Amino acid sequence: MIRNKIAGNVASLNAESPIIVAGAGPPVSSVVPQPSTAKPTLRIRPTKGWAALNLRELWSYRDLLWILVERNIKVIYKQTALGMIWIALQPLIAAIILAVVFGRVAKLPSDGVPYLLFVFCGLTAWRYFSETAQRSSNSLVNNAQLVSKVYFPRMLIPLSHTFSTLVDFGVMLIMLFVFMAIYGVPPTLRLAAIPGFLLLTAITATGVALWFSALSVKYRDCNYALPFFLQIWMYASAVVYPTSLIASERARALFALNPVVGFVEGFRWSVVGRSALNPTMFWITVGMSFLILCSGAFFFRRVERDFADII
Amino acid sequence: MSDIALSIQHLSKSFRIAHRRGGLSGYRTLHDELVTLPRRLINRLSGNGTSTSETFWALKDVSFDVNRGEALGIIGSNGAGKSTLLKILNRITEPTRGGVDVYGRVGALLEVGTGFHPELTGRENIFLNGAILGMTRAEIKRKFDEIVAFTEVEKFLDTPVKRYSSGMYVRLAFAVAAHLDPEILLIDEVLAVGDAEFQKKCLEKMENVSGKEGRTVIFVSHDMDAICHLCSRCVLLRQGEIVKTGPTTDVVGAYLGGEQVQASEIDFSPVDTGASFQFAGLSDSNDRSTTSFTTSEPILLKCSFAVQRQIEGLQLSFSVLNFKREQVFYSTLSMADPPISVEATGKHNIAAMIPRRLLLPGRYFIDLALHTPKTKLYDRRQQALSFQIVATVADGFDGFSGDELGQVYADVKWHRISTPKPG
Repeated sequence: MIRNKIAGNVASLNAESPIIVAGAGPPVSSVVPQPSTAKPTLRIRPTKGWAALNLRELWSYRDLLWILVERNIKVIYKQTALGMIWIALQPLIAAIILAVVFGRVAKLPSDGVPYLLFVFCGLTAWRYFSETAQRSSNSLVNNAQLVSKVYFPRMLIPLSHTFSTLVDFGVMLIMLFVFMAIYGVPPTLRLAAIPGFLLLTAITATGVALWFSALSVKYRDCNYALPFFLQIWMYASAVVYPTSLIASERARALFALNPVVGFVEGFRWSVVGRSALNPTMFWITVGMSFLILCSGAFFFRRVERDFADII
Repeated sequence: MSDIALSIQHLSKSFRIAHRRGGLSGYRTLHDELVTLPRRLINRLSGNGTSTSETFWALKDVSFDVNRGEALGIIGSNGAGKSTLLKILNRITEPTRGGVDVYGRVGALLEVGTGFHPELTGRENIFLNGAILGMTRAEIKRKFDEIVAFTEVEKFLDTPVKRYSSGMYVRLAFAVAAHLDPEILLIDEVLAVGDAEFQKKCLEKMENVSGKEGRTVIFVSHDMDAICHLCSRCVLLRQGEIVKTGPTTDVVGAYLGGEQVQASEIDFSPVDTGASFQFAGLSDSNDRSTTSFTTSEPILLKCSFAVQRQIEGLQLSFSVLNFKREQVFYSTLSMADPPISVEATGKHNIAAMIPRRLLLPGRYFIDLALHTPKTKLYDRRQQALSFQIVATVADGFDGFSGDELGQVYADVKWHRISTPKPG
């Protein structure tokens, strides 16, 4: 080993003597020099209070976002025997359980739609939301090594899950269409509204993800609390029962403060055409979604600067 | 044109260290926070200082400039603030006070393999890692072949990296990072991994980056050989403060000398045997007291001793030991030419010059003795002094410690016997 080292050393001494190049002599510059009046390309200063979102920087790192998304998708079901089949299997099993428990045993109403279709409809929206929230809430801690070693807008990590979970959503959507065919529900133009409701779901999910991922850097409790929180949220969100169960108009508007109700009902309306969704509820949902996203983003930016020190 | 790449002004960074009674770890749970909330509020409002945390300054008012195209080394013992400084420059963490003006794109090599995902293949990881380090997809594509050639793991490109040997892993990681194209490159202890040959390759690559391509390099390392090899100027940090800035040899010398409390001069307490050492010291050819030398300068050893009564055949001798405490050579006054006698009573001042190009870079110790050959030992001071021979680029050392090159510096004269014939 030592011999190799010396042999290499002698070779390089003879070849072009890189030592001299590395020494104090003035280097031959191939980098375009900056004029003396140039402002610094970057000023590193302590920031206080609330920070700007800096969306431009986020945009300039979009390549990294896509690669992270790609990584999330490739990695998630690696070294499992069933692989990607899990994407389909998970919601299917969940839907069957809910259909048996709430449809057969508890006999909850379903606006006259077959209960399995009814619940699968709600689950499609709900699972996209909850999976995004769950995966991204651990994401910063799981990528602690990255966060403490390299600079990039940290928001990309939770954000990447918003996009990678779309794969799961896509699979569920296809399954939903299969269910529609099985139950003989004709497709209508209302299906065109799905991307809109999806966007709303993504906005809310990202907002929740930003809140929880940022909080879990400091408080690991979040990782343990979130599954229960999400479970309660699901039962509070008209996934297994229709909103029409709530009689009074005012109570429904109040109910819509939970944005999940809005997009779960929205999905159902797009697919089966029956829903208690009304414009008031819809706009409340939209408002709440954006509120969650914005507050999450600003909160994230505020605590982001300490991530590397406390993670 | 401006030739400053980085301007660091009064940079300070503090951390809060929590002193928690009975707490198991530094993690705070929501429960703790809620339970202590009233107390903390009261503390804050009443402004009394019984808080349970203490502020620790990892960096204290650090200011220096880095010139464009310069390779600057940052050295210091563990906890000196080197890595914190790099983290601030790389925007991983924010300074508490002060700031940095950066002129150009910064890229960092803080830890080899950061952002590698074990489940992904080598190929996929090149893209992932590249993007994390700030390259665009197009850039990575353009350099892909070059990167792969550097790694020497072509065969395993489509194998998940979790099945890689650690050596292959490191190769892949360094290759990606080394092909970053920043104007300012921050490097933290990356050479501590990989085999000797690969380390050499990395070092060469970094030389190219700083020397030929004219980029600015900031290099943090504990490997003094690598620092001496790569950097022309160094900053020495101790406990968050700058101790010394200047040419690499000076700063490295100060670091190695200063870290192990090494005095260049020593006064001895006398012994009652008839002959006793009083003083010993080391200095360079300009009679400057120092413990750090290059291979190309002689070392002057001076010592004073008192002889109480006439001692026939009294000799002064010394041994030089290497860092393993093995004797490198021995010298005694009887070898002096012309001869010097120290038999007479009184105080004697004797100097010995250790010639240049005798010792290899490394750490050495000196044993001193006053004795009459094979009969009596009057005074003996073991490892009374120590000194450091520093490898310098000017002396032709290519980043090794003396340990690997043998025992002595052979002042070999090289000649060309005939000019090479073409063909």
